[in-house]
Amino acid sequence: MALKGLDIFKLSPKKNCKECGSPTCMAFCMKVAQGAVDISACPYFSEDAKAQLSEATAPPMKTVKVGAGDAELTLGGETVMDRHEKTYVSKTRYAVALCNCMDDATIDAKIAEIPKVDYERIGERMFVEAIYVNYAADGQSDYVELVKKAAALNRVLILGCTDASVAKAALAVCKDCKPVLNGATAANYADMNAVATEAGVVLGVSGADMNEIYDTVKALEGLGNKNLVVDTTGATVKETFANTVQLRKAAIKDNDRSCGYPSIVNLVKVAKDDMHLQAALAAVLTIKYGSIVVMQEMTYAEALPLYGLRQNIFTDPQKPMRVEPGIYPLNGADENSICLTTVDFALTYFLVSGELERSGVPVNLIISDAGGLSVLTAWAAGKLSSSSIEKFWKEQDIEGKVKNRKLIIPGKVAVLKGEIEAKLPGWEVIIAPKEAVQLVKFLKDMQANGEA
Amino acid sequence: MPFTAKSGKFNASINTVTVGTGDKAIKIGGENVLPLYSFDAAIENAPKVGIEITDFGMENEPECVKKYYEGCTTVADMVKKAATFEGVDFISFRMEGGDPNGANKSTEELVAMLKEVAEATDLPLVVCGSKNVEKDSELLVKAAEAVQGKNALILAAKEENYKAVGAAAGLAYNQVVGAESSVDINLAKQLNVLMTQLGVNAGSVVMNVGTAAAGYGYEYVASTMQRIKAAALSQNDAQLQMPIITPVASEVWGTKEATQAEADTPEWGDQEKRGIDMEVETAAADLACGSNAVILKHPVSVATISKLIKELV
Repeated sequence: MALKGLDIFKLSPKKNCKECGSPTCMAFCMKVAQGAVDISACPYFSEDAKAQLSEATAPPMKTVKVGAGDAELTLGGETVMDRHEKTYVSKTRYAVALCNCMDDATIDAKIAEIPKVDYERIGERMFVEAIYVNYAADGQSDYVELVKKAAALNRVLILGCTDASVAKAALAVCKDCKPVLNGATAANYADMNAVATEAGVVLGVSGADMNEIYDTVKALEGLGNKNLVVDTTGATVKETFANTVQLRKAAIKDNDRSCGYPSIVNLVKVAKDDMHLQAALAAVLTIKYGSIVVMQEMTYAEALPLYGLRQNIFTDPQKPMRVEPGIYPLNGADENSICLTTVDFALTYFLVSGELERSGVPVNLIISDAGGLSVLTAWAAGKLSSSSIEKFWKEQDIEGKVKNRKLIIPGKVAVLKGEIEAKLPGWEVIIAPKEAVQLVKFLKDMQANGEA
Repeated sequence: MPFTAKSGKFNASINTVTVGTGDKAIKIGGENVLPLYSFDAAIENAPKVGIEITDFGMENEPECVKKYYEGCTTVADMVKKAATFEGVDFISFRMEGGDPNGANKSTEELVAMLKEVAEATDLPLVVCGSKNVEKDSELLVKAAEAVQGKNALILAAKEENYKAVGAAAGLAYNQVVGAESSVDINLAKQLNVLMTQLGVNAGSVVMNVGTAAAGYGYEYVASTMQRIKAAALSQNDAQLQMPIITPVASEVWGTKEATQAEADTPEWGDQEKRGIDMEVETAAADLACGSNAVILKHPVSVATISKLIKELV
């Protein structure tokens, strides 16, 4: 990664032939170093040099695609340790575990439970994206049948199976949906590799500790398989967390390509039956490097904060989170309820809507398009002005949708009152307090005075 | 070839701050590794968990929390009860009734109650204000005086009232001073600088760098805490080496996830479980990002987070 343009230039043909589109070899090499062009654009680089360079310029962590069709997920591809350095690339995915050690009734109940969590939050669909199907040799139900049932849910499947012949039978019924075969260990990697490669699926590597995992990954790489994920689950919570962090650290900071794979963390193994602890660990692993986190169940209780957290952590730090502009009726508001407007910056929206809900007063919260900026920033940038509000009122036909003609505006842009009243004839503009926390009292007072 | 992990131990470390007195006193901070990275080096002091009780006693508590305090009639009763819950390292008493925009209780009334709380327990005490800066500059000064000798953590001095609160808590009455800023590394640092210029010992400052519930702009909280820890450890920035305490309870129990009745959103299921998971997941995220102590409300959350810490550290 840290390859400089000059290092590449040393290996270049130095012909300055311009066939690559760059004026000189030097310029071309600089672009390659920045990742702007691919080295293959030059026809004269020797194969040797190319191999040497593509190894060095490859991203520190592999991007792995699993699942097929609309269930396909992208894992890994991360380039940094912390989100403030650069946006994380692939968000953590959550899986629910099934096992052939469960009886049929439990399995059916779980399969019926999984699709229940499915909702939208700020434009993102939140649902259980993967299912972990565990194989226990002494299991009571048929594994292949279980895999079929799980496949019917149309989520990414992860087959947790270390028995190569069972895995082969299971893949025979589900390989088209591109599952992960999580089952390579130091003892069976050659067989599992053959099964996974034949079916064309991603292979998961696990082991007693990081040394064993590392050796197995190296051995699989030696067999030519780099289509891998690493199961970092250890014997304890502590080991699991350590493995997950150290794998990522070795990949990103030490540039060790054999650690540059997405992770699978199975919380059922280390915190069985303690759902609150699993919820806590899932939050920790969302922040610290879990690519797939496997849980025993996922109800709304675990999901609501977890998916919200993930949505926060995996946003682009340079692009603020926005909510969809429009009218949000709160506390059972209807067309006769008072209106309140603010910007579409998600943080502002959550703060304001939270306080409005606490007040219990029916309000139509009108979110206008302000480029995802906060109130003062939007005002300073000209994205929240009397004209922007007038334009938005027309676009959304607010006057046709709401009969009430009272509009509360943010206290921080009190200066807009006169201009807005001029541009929206018939509307009475009321100035809200400067801080969202003061809204509860403000609205309750208005309600008590019969104004809202 | 074995896997060789490079140690992530730093030469700098987070300050160790003692809160409380006697056997039950707690030490927070002191680590020289990133949050929870006990595989890099032993973590001096495991993060601590506190339980929050307010001056409203049982009155404003969610039903699911009330049942744990059955039989308690006074705030002091609740404190005694809370001290028996599994995993409670300290008591946090929040005087939210002092807010002039709320119940507007008088300073005298609240301080009298605080004294009862202090007498009811030998656990370390965190004293939280009303969130109103003007009121707090009076309330927290009196509070610091009232619990003299307890080595309590006064939460918190803000940029607007740090002179009054910081001087009273940190200089006059020898308490630990909380420095509260709102989710920005520069503001956090600036307040620490002001506080030390005032003469407060850097070793008795604990930061509250601001928080949010999971899903509510948490990315700012995560990045603020992570950047603070990175600056404190890798750049040895002494003005950011104060340990971090995060009040979680006051943030999460007001969210939709925790307050919406099951009858209103049947598909969301059990309200208590939702509240606990909201609290537990937010607190776990705080710990992963760098909090050295968290303040929670539900006894099950306290036990869960305490277990999480034991498992990880």
